[in-house]
Amino acid sequence: MGEKDKLARFEQVILPHLDAAYNLARWLTRNEDDAKDMAQEAYLRAFKFFDAFRGVDGRAWLLTIVRNTCYTWLQQNRAHDITTMFDEEIHSADSDTSNPATLVLQSADHEILRQALDELPVEFREVVVLRDLEDFSYKEIAEIANIPAGTVMSRLARARERLKQVLSNRLKKEA
Amino acid sequence: MNCKEAQNLINGYVDGELDLVRNLEIEHHIQECALCTQSYKNQQLLRNEIKTGSFYFKAPADLQRRIQLSLRKATKAEGRAWVLPKWWFNIAAPMAAAAVMVLALVPFLRGPSADDLLAREIVSSHVRSLMASHLADVPSSDQHTVKPWFAGKVNFSPPVEDLAKQGFPLIGGRLDYLDNRPVAALIYQRQKHFINLFIWPSESDSAVETKTVSRQGYNLSHWTRSGMTYWAASDLNNAELQEFVQLLQNQTSPTS
Repeated sequence: MGEKDKLARFEQVILPHLDAAYNLARWLTRNEDDAKDMAQEAYLRAFKFFDAFRGVDGRAWLLTIVRNTCYTWLQQNRAHDITTMFDEEIHSADSDTSNPATLVLQSADHEILRQALDELPVEFREVVVLRDLEDFSYKEIAEIANIPAGTVMSRLARARERLKQVLSNRLKKEA
Repeated sequence: MNCKEAQNLINGYVDGELDLVRNLEIEHHIQECALCTQSYKNQQLLRNEIKTGSFYFKAPADLQRRIQLSLRKATKAEGRAWVLPKWWFNIAAPMAAAAVMVLALVPFLRGPSADDLLAREIVSSHVRSLMASHLADVPSSDQHTVKPWFAGKVNFSPPVEDLAKQGFPLIGGRLDYLDNRPVAALIYQRQKHFINLFIWPSESDSAVETKTVSRQGYNLSHWTRSGMTYWAASDLNNAELQEFVQLLQNQTSPTS
């Protein structure tokens, strides 16, 4: 395959997933400019390894590369983000398992929820993004994030628990 | 299924990741249990909020163009590194190199290289004349015998000098063919060494100083004077050959 043909095919198969690539990069880097850089770098890497792409799902393949590109960047530039542990104290303090309050979302909750998601540790943030924004299955997420499917489920559970908690805390403050 | 089990599986249920049996079990439990129903509703609410809310960052308008540009740049850079060498470089580079070499050699080809070819011809002729016992067509030490012999054989009259007194006796004359033309060959001797002196009219009248080269163990001297080109070839040492050349030039220049 000539370079020209390769590029044409790459743009046809992989470029349509630019929004997905940017969205993941944006949630992982939490910054617009860095997300652009990561998306660009990921696309260049994807093109380089495009000969090895045999899969059907270009989006999952691309997002694996985006994720790896972002993690490399995070390790070099945001080491703190990677090592941030899940705050178990807040998390386990008042689990709604014992007494689930009815969530009634208001327009202001939207921003609260966004911020709560943004503040989740990166490995929890990414499973929510891949599941709820990209609609990948647990199996696909497991492959993209290179973790067991059971870990995908447990991380999702903890992440969602946290988000619900943030929202119910808001309800409590109002009450 | 109890509440604890249901809570553990509720994410999988909401995400539609449970197998059929588990799915039915949890559905059954939720119908029975108000607590888990609430939990399930909250979970759905949250999920819908994330999904339908504008949490999705669409790529900025300029990003696609920026990526396409960088891809093209990378393709070109890669092309320079590996695509062009496959065909373009393999053909163009040697051609360019050859062109440069030819251009660089042009001045030399016109000068020394023509002389070089001629020098080879002359050495061959000299060697052949000694090998085939065909040294002279007209064996004579008399210049007045040798000189007229060429008349009618070549369209010029070669100056024939006898240098016997100076130690280079004339042996004879021979018709030879050099540089795509018939030439006069005079044979001189220095002790056991023979000297072939090739003479033909030069293309220009301008004199050319004596040049000496060495080929295959033979010394060659050539010069142009009075409209004649001279090539002397011999296995004689260069000093003695130069003496011969000097004598000849002294003889020919004032008289003829």
